[in-house]
Amino acid sequence: MKTQLKLSVATAAVMAVSGAASAEDLTLCWASWDPANALIELSKDFEEKSGHTMNFEFVPWPNFADRMLNELNSGGKLCDLMIGDSQWIGGGAENGHYVKLNDFFDAEGITMDDFIPATVTGYAEWPKNTPNYWALPAFGDVVGWTYRKDWFERPELQAEFKEKYGRDLDVPNSLDELKDIAQFFQGRDIDGTTVYGAAIYTERGSEGITMGVTNALYNYGFEYGNPDSPYELDGFVNSEDAVAGLEFYKDLYDTATPPGSSNWYMGENIDAYKSGQVALQMNFAFIWPGVEADANVGGGKSGYFPNPAGPNGQFAQLGGQGISVVSYSDKQDAALEYIKWFAQPEIQSRWWELGGYSALKAVVEDPGFATSQPYAQTFLDSMAIVKDFWAEPAYAELLLAMQQRVHDYVIAGNGTAEEALNGLVDDWTETFEDEGKI
Amino acid sequence: MIHTPMDKIAKATPEPMARKVRGLSDRTIAWIFVAPSIFLLLAVNIFPLIWTIRLSFTNYKVNRPNREIDFVGLRNYERILTDSDTWMTMQATAHFLIWTIVLQVLIGFALAYLLNMKFKGNDMWTTIIVFPMMLSPAVVGNFWTFLYQPQIGLFNYVVTFFTGGDPSSFSMIGDVHLAPWAIVIADTWMWTPFVMLICLAGLRSIPDSIYEAAECDRASKWRQFWTITIPMALPFLMLAVLFRGIENFKMFDLVVQLTGGGPGNTTTLTSIDLKREAFEKWRTGYSSAYAVILFVTVFGLASIYVKALNKVKER
Repeated sequence: MKTQLKLSVATAAVMAVSGAASAEDLTLCWASWDPANALIELSKDFEEKSGHTMNFEFVPWPNFADRMLNELNSGGKLCDLMIGDSQWIGGGAENGHYVKLNDFFDAEGITMDDFIPATVTGYAEWPKNTPNYWALPAFGDVVGWTYRKDWFERPELQAEFKEKYGRDLDVPNSLDELKDIAQFFQGRDIDGTTVYGAAIYTERGSEGITMGVTNALYNYGFEYGNPDSPYELDGFVNSEDAVAGLEFYKDLYDTATPPGSSNWYMGENIDAYKSGQVALQMNFAFIWPGVEADANVGGGKSGYFPNPAGPNGQFAQLGGQGISVVSYSDKQDAALEYIKWFAQPEIQSRWWELGGYSALKAVVEDPGFATSQPYAQTFLDSMAIVKDFWAEPAYAELLLAMQQRVHDYVIAGNGTAEEALNGLVDDWTETFEDEGKI
Repeated sequence: MIHTPMDKIAKATPEPMARKVRGLSDRTIAWIFVAPSIFLLLAVNIFPLIWTIRLSFTNYKVNRPNREIDFVGLRNYERILTDSDTWMTMQATAHFLIWTIVLQVLIGFALAYLLNMKFKGNDMWTTIIVFPMMLSPAVVGNFWTFLYQPQIGLFNYVVTFFTGGDPSSFSMIGDVHLAPWAIVIADTWMWTPFVMLICLAGLRSIPDSIYEAAECDRASKWRQFWTITIPMALPFLMLAVLFRGIENFKMFDLVVQLTGGGPGNTTTLTSIDLKREAFEKWRTGYSSAYAVILFVTVFGLASIYVKALNKVKER
C-alpha cells in the first residue's frame, strides 16, 4: 500500500512536471480593433484548458500590414499565430511564412467543408481553388452598408422622397438607388444639424479607397482578368463597364459625401456615422455589433443591408482573415493546439456571441442565427456575394498601384476614369512581368 | 612620485602591457584610439551605403527570399528617372521645400527681430512661440487634420470669417490645389520657431558697439538693418536654411498623418514614395536605386550650399 502510494505520488509529480514543461507562452498577432478584444476574452478558455498562456500583439489597421509583414519578412519569432489579412495568403505560402495545415487538419479531423466556402477560398487556400490550406478561417468579414433607420422612417422625409423619386424611402435595391438616397440626404437639415449622404472609403495611404471602389466596380462588370487566362488584364480591368463603375464611385463621392472626407477609412466612417453626420455608411461588417451597442445610433435606430446590385451583378468586397501558424515560431505544436481548440463548434458559437464573425457553417446555418442579431441576416446575405482583391505574393504592389490610380481620379479629379484604369492595367502588367507571370 | 592622473594610470598599468605599449609609436597608439570609431563608421554608415549601391543594380525583393536575384544593370535607375510619377513627387517635394523655407525664414526672422527688442514679457513670448516645435510631428499632423476639417475645423472658420462664405465650402486636404499648401502651413507653424531661435542667436551675437558707431555716423535704422543686421545675421540665416532644407527633404511623418500623400499623388513627397517602394511594395533593388538618387541629390546640393555658407562666413 505504502509502495503504491509512493508510486502514485511520483507519477503525479512527473505528470505535473511534464505538464509544466509543455506549457508555452504563445503570442497571437492581429489588428487592433473590437474583435481582437473579443478574442482575448474567448482565449481565456483556451488558457484554462491547455495550460498555455496567451499574449497578444495588436497593431492598428493603418500600420498592421507594414508592421506584420516586416515581422514575417525578417523571419521574426514574435508571433506564433498570425491572423493575417486575406491578401497575404499567397505571400505567406510562397515565401514560407506560414505552416501548411493540410496534414494537421487531416489528423485532427478538421475539414474545410465545415466552413463557408468563400472564406475557405479567401482566407485559407493558396493557390486559390486548390486544396492547399495555410490558415483556418477565423473571422468572416465583408463590406456592407449601415443606414439611419430612424431617419428613413420619418413621415415627412418619406413623403418628400416619394414625391421626388416616385418610390419609398427604403433599403436600396441597386447602386443607383443608393446614390439617390445619399444625394437626398446630402446637406439636409435634420433636427437643426446639417447632415450628409454617405461615408464611403476614400483613404489614400493603405488600402481604403480600393476596398471601397471595388464594391462599385464589381457590380458594374469589372474583372481582375480574363477568367480563362488569369493575367490577361486589358479589356477586363479597363472594360467599358469597369469605367462606368469607377465613374459611379466618383459621382457618389462628389455629390453625396461629407465635405473633407477625402481620406476616410473604417475609423472615420464609424465616427461620422455615430456622430450623426451621415445617413449611410459603407463599412466592414465587424463594426455592426458596435453600432448596435452605441447610445446614439444603436438600439434599433440603425439598419443594415448588403452592397446593392449594379447593372452587371451583385457582389461585395471580402474582408476578414484566417489564422495561421508562423513557420518561424519555436512553439508550433502549442500554436496548432490553439487552432484545434478554436475550430470547435462550441468555441465558434461563443466567438459569434462575443462579437466575432464565425465562418463555421454549424454556427451560421443554425436556425436561430439569422435572428440572433439585427445584422445577422445581412451578414449571411453579404457573405454569399463576396469577391476579393488579388492574393498574389505581389499583392502589395498591385494594391498600391490601384490606390494611386483610383485616388488620383476619384478624389483629386485628375484625368478620366478610362485613363485611370488604363494606367492600372499598365501598372499591373509591369508587376506581373516582374513576377514572371506573363 | 605620482603627481598627475596620467602618472597614476601609467603606474596602474600592468608591467607586461606597459612593456608592449612602450614599444608602440605615437602614430600606432593614435590608430588604436581612433580604430573603434572608424570601425563603427564603416559598419553603420559606409557598409550600408555600399550595400545599397550594390542592391540598386539588382531586382532583389526582400520579401521574396526564394527568388533568384538578377543583375539588371542601370534598369532601376532608368525606370525611376523616366517615370512621370517620380517627377511628380519631385515637384511636390520642391514645392514643399521652397515654400516652407521661404515662409519659415521670413516669419522666423521677423519674430526673432521683434523678440530681440527688449520689452516686458520677452522671455515668456519666446517660450510660447517655441512650443509647437516641442510636439511630435505625428501629433501635429493629426491635430491639423482636425483644424482643416471643413465642418468643425478652426482653420476654415477663421478663413471664412475674413473672406465670407460657408466654412464647409472648401477642404484644405481634399482639394488638389489646396493640399500642397495645407502641408506647407502645418510645417511652417511647427518649425518657424526653430528658425526663429537660430536667427535670434545671430541677432544677439551682433555687438551693440557696431550699432552705436552707426548711430554716431547718423545711419538710419533702415540702413543699419541692411548694412549691419542682415550681413551679420546672414551666416545664421543660411545655417537655418540648410537645416530646414535637409529636414524637409526627408519630411515624412507630418505629411503622412495629414494627407497620406493625397489627394492622388499631390502631396506624395519623395520620402513617402521611397518608403512605399521599399517597405510596402518591397521592391528592394528599385528602392535602393531611388535612395541612391536622392542621396546624391541631397549630398550634391548640400555640398554646394556649405561652400557658399563658408564663403559668406569668410567675408
